Amino acid sequence: MFELIGIPPQALFGQMLLGLINGAFYAVLSLGLALIFGLLNVINFTHGAQYMLGAYVAWLLLNFLGINYWLALILAPVVVGAFGILLERLMLRKLYHLDHLYGLLLTFGLALIIEGVFRNLYGISGQSYPVPPVLTGGYNLGFMFLPLYRGWVVFFSLVVCLGTWLVIEKTKLGSYLRAGTENPTLVQAFGINVPRMITLTYGFGVGLAALAGVLAAPIYQVKPTMGADMIIVVFAVVVIGGMGSIMGSVVTGFMLGLLEGLTKVFYPEASNTVIFVVMAVVLLIKPAGLFGKAS
Amino acid sequence: MPDTNPELQLEVSDLHAHYGESHILHGMNFAVPKGEVVTLLGRNGAGKTTTMKAIMGIVQKRGGSIRFEGQELVGLPSNRIARLGLAYCPEERGIFSSLNVTENILLPPVVKPGGMSLQDIHGLFPRLKERGYSQGTKLSGGEAQMLAIARILRTGASLLLLDEPTEGLAPLIVQQIGDIIRDLKRRGYTILLVEQNFRFAATVADRHFVVENGVVVDWLPNDQIGQSTEKLKKYLGV
Ligand SMILES: Nc1ncnc2c1ncn2[C@@H]1O[C@H](COP(=O)(O)OP(=O)(O)OP(=O)(O)O)[C@@H](O)[C@H]1O
Ligand SMILES: [Mg+2]
Repeated sequence: MFELIGIPPQALFGQMLLGLINGAFYAVLSLGLALIFGLLNVINFTHGAQYMLGAYVAWLLLNFLGINYWLALILAPVVVGAFGILLERLMLRKLYHLDHLYGLLLTFGLALIIEGVFRNLYGISGQSYPVPPVLTGGYNLGFMFLPLYRGWVVFFSLVVCLGTWLVIEKTKLGSYLRAGTENPTLVQAFGINVPRMITLTYGFGVGLAALAGVLAAPIYQVKPTMGADMIIVVFAVVVIGGMGSIMGSVVTGFMLGLLEGLTKVFYPEASNTVIFVVMAVVLLIKPAGLFGKAS
Repeated sequence: MPDTNPELQLEVSDLHAHYGESHILHGMNFAVPKGEVVTLLGRNGAGKTTTMKAIMGIVQKRGGSIRFEGQELVGLPSNRIARLGLAYCPEERGIFSSLNVTENILLPPVVKPGGMSLQDIHGLFPRLKERGYSQGTKLSGGEAQMLAIARILRTGASLLLLDEPTEGLAPLIVQQIGDIIRDLKRRGYTILLVEQNFRFAATVADRHFVVENGVVVDWLPNDQIGQSTEKLKKYLGV
């Protein structure tokens, strides 16, 4: 059947897997953005830089302290998340009463500064991060070869997204978050410390970005521009899924990664633009996004 | 330190409040005795909601004094105020659309022992039990108002602030809300009620304060409402 359309199955499934991996990063990153946007009303342009920081913290931990991938998977999000909490406390907090635009400008500026500092320190060529030993190699599934680490990235990203979704939809904490996204003033008047919840949510969203960075480190080069390259696409994903929609950002992330992979097979010239074309179409037909509620 | 009367659960003295540059409350004075139902009556824009929001700390720019069980509330953030045992049912009801009915009821954290259980609440509002899994937005006006009241009964708060709970509701529902308020009073709650409909207020309250342009201009015990109807009509412009 595949021969009929002139595409070898190895190539098709290989590209689909690559697409799924990109989709996994899109999903984890846009999930964090959606959480932050929902509660803080801030479009966190620093997200890409925080993803890059996650990868660098993992790389630094490995090269200077000999701390392995598995520990870095926990430590890097904690360290970068703590840095996010500091940003929220010292800067972002002062902008909530102003228009969205100010938060966007601040986080955009911060992204440029962070990226600049790392360019200065490490150049632009990038460092490589080894695949953890237990995840090297892969399986021949017959129709395609599955590199183990890539399978892990897709699996683990799904677990993280589903776990986050479950916490938001099914727990008490999640109900505070959902309610706080709708009407923070009233939630606070019920006795919840909303400013603290906002700080922790920002820290968690930033931690998710850093987690994606650690996952990415063995696949892509660890380099200062990795976040800037990624974040443009992730913003398109968020727009397509619908600003602030949790499930929307996860599903859209995976779907668009897949779409990108398929485009590489069938019409490679368009693979870099297909997401933006979808974004334009969605904006014209359903401006609130596929999963967004029109306000 | 001024004397505090232990029988008074809430004492508001010389309360001022601002929205940005606009000065809305100009020295409100009134008190709510423990276990009573007390109303704030007044026309549109008199400052009744603002008074509620100032008590809850939702309006932060305020001056003067608000004492709850002797403790000063001016200066505290609203989450701390709620933890002392005050609960607020806003005029716009504030039902969360991303939560279902039961999640809405369970949302406000328990701040003191002695609140009603979910079973008690379902006993008082059977309709909310039937509609437990409905999304908060899918309710009728009456159901939404019941939910907004039900939601603050679990927390153990002893002072309930109800902002126009009968607004826009059919007469039959208004009657039910009256029954519920009397029931809550029997259960020992103290209630501060904002109303424009003084005929309804007269069926539930022990005393009334009249608000005009951000000050309390008059007050009367409920048993004098009959002989003061004309005066009240003038205050309320009806
Ligand atoms: N957020 C706000 N910003 C500025 N002014 C406000 C705000 N909310 C209310 N006001 C003004 O404050 C005054 C008092 O309003 P408030 O809502 O307290 O009146 P109210 O007595 O509750 O009236 P109603 O019976 O219509 O609910 C009004 O003049 C109103 O225009
Ligand atoms: Mg009002």
